[in-house]
Amino acid sequence: MTSTEGTGGLLVEDVSVRFGGVVALRDVSLTAAPNTVTGIIGPNGAGKTTLYNALCGLVRADSGRISWRGTPLLGRRPDELAGLGVARTLQGMNLFPLMTVAENVMVGADRLARGGTLAALTGLGRVGRDERRLRARALDALAEFGVAHLAEALPPSLPFGLRKRVALARALAADPDLLLLDEPAGGLSAEEIAELAERIRGFRERMTVLLVEHHMDMVMDVCDHIAVLNFGRVIAAGPPEAIRADAAVTEAYLGDAA
Amino acid sequence: MTDDTARTGRAAVLDRWRRSPMLLRHLAAALAAFLGIVLLTSVTDPFTNLRIATIGYHLVAVAGLALLIGVSGQISLGHGAFMFIGAYTMALLVIHVPGSPLWANLLLAIAASCAAGVAVGAATARLHGPYLAGATLILAVGLPAVALRYPEALGGSNGLTFSVAGTPPALSDTVPDPRWQSWVVWLAVLLALVVVANVSRGRLGRRLRAVRDDEAAAALSGLRPGRLRTVAFVISAGCGGLAGALQAYLLGTATPSSFGLALSLSLLAAVVLGGLGSLWGALWGALALVYVEVWGHDAAEALGLSDHVANNLPIALFGAALIAIVLLWPSGVQGGLARLGAAVRTRRIGPGGRPD
Repeated sequence: MTSTEGTGGLLVEDVSVRFGGVVALRDVSLTAAPNTVTGIIGPNGAGKTTLYNALCGLVRADSGRISWRGTPLLGRRPDELAGLGVARTLQGMNLFPLMTVAENVMVGADRLARGGTLAALTGLGRVGRDERRLRARALDALAEFGVAHLAEALPPSLPFGLRKRVALARALAADPDLLLLDEPAGGLSAEEIAELAERIRGFRERMTVLLVEHHMDMVMDVCDHIAVLNFGRVIAAGPPEAIRADAAVTEAYLGDAA
Repeated sequence: MTDDTARTGRAAVLDRWRRSPMLLRHLAAALAAFLGIVLLTSVTDPFTNLRIATIGYHLVAVAGLALLIGVSGQISLGHGAFMFIGAYTMALLVIHVPGSPLWANLLLAIAASCAAGVAVGAATARLHGPYLAGATLILAVGLPAVALRYPEALGGSNGLTFSVAGTPPALSDTVPDPRWQSWVVWLAVLLALVVVANVSRGRLGRRLRAVRDDEAAAALSGLRPGRLRTVAFVISAGCGGLAGALQAYLLGTATPSSFGLALSLSLLAAVVLGGLGSLWGALWGALALVYVEVWGHDAAEALGLSDHVANNLPIALFGAALIAIVLLWPSGVQGGLARLGAAVRTRRIGPGGRPD
């Protein structure tokens, strides 16, 4: 476990989160080596999203440590994460409904801009350069997902699958090093899921990926390593083949689904 | 054929306009508006000159509030309080620092209300919806009472009276005072509107909208919701302060009764009536604020109504206009006009498609 510290991956150690009397996470530990895809699976209510929220500062952990490339993440505000190269997609996509697709993704790229408030008020300084840079970056990210032609559309007017692509483009717009995906396959067709799996495998070259997902075939297909949560505890961890064969996992999770 | 060439020519000019730097576009629009005001004040009488100036300072207050509500999604029932701060800063500077030039007084008035905006904004950045409305309401009710609490310094209920410099001596033969004052007001207003336009159409505006639409997603993109809300509040407060300072400059007085709750609520109503999303909406709102008042008084006089009725007629008319507009065009006058414009264009081109 401590070996990952030096190599600069994600290290989660003994993290516990309580909501009143409910223990959402109990001494959860896991690691994600750089440039791998780590799946986090488990039944609904197992604590997967709570773990993400603790990682992103949306929920306060009661104890434990989380570090990314040796930098501690716990106790930070959510807005500090982007600066550390961490990006996350949300389960509900949470696109900005009244802003165009391009503007949505420009917000995702925002940390690449340098101009301050004074420049924003006066329109002087780096404003033009920043704006061109963010727009170019946003269009690149949209093009990667094949939706550059939708740049001027409003998100609510798009079909579900395309909105998911825009949300992914927004998360990737700032070139993150660690990407947290929250049920990216949810609601997609088999064809779209196959395409998404291919993309996630490709992400490995550029970043480390954490994947919370219910679609078991895809998880087994794309992950290098899988951690299984149940009732807030890690009940198993290992490569996909080992997880598939684990009796406790089958009982807790896969058995239900079959 | 020539028609087509003309159209592509115009499209090219429009395209180049859109591609030119944002600041340049906004300054050019402000310059055009200023020339329009110079022209308008040159062909109207002194009384109308002053009324045009009155529209100007209302415009900047409404535009600042529209930025707060429309772009950053916050509400303020207390923007009259920032006008109060601007007006009293102006009055105190003119009285106690006679040598201070007008531009410096205006900047200091903006700075004072921005400082108040920082304090209020930082405190209210954590509040949402009705809680924010309540907090700002306290400001509107409480702040003007400060003038009554310190009658020696702030003149009590009579307020402060002072005299402002009119047209500079070099121009006094050709430009009457009201016209000059109107120019001064509009120059300041248009410069402030350039700032508002820079903000709402630029990166800062996009960040504010992102926080307004989805705070969690905005924060995960690295935006600081609380800080951005405060920034919006401060800019909006600065606009209110400038409006108050310009009012004081125009009238030569600052009285607490001008900045009561009625003013704050009228500003809010003007934002709703004009419509969010464009500075044009703020202009319709400002025009409504000034002209409904004027027409109300005219009507009361023509009908020979008693003072009690006459004094309340404008606000009743304003309320009726607000209800009518919201029923007719829920997105305000500007939203309605935009829809009408779109309908006219579709009809001219025909349902079959584009003419070319």
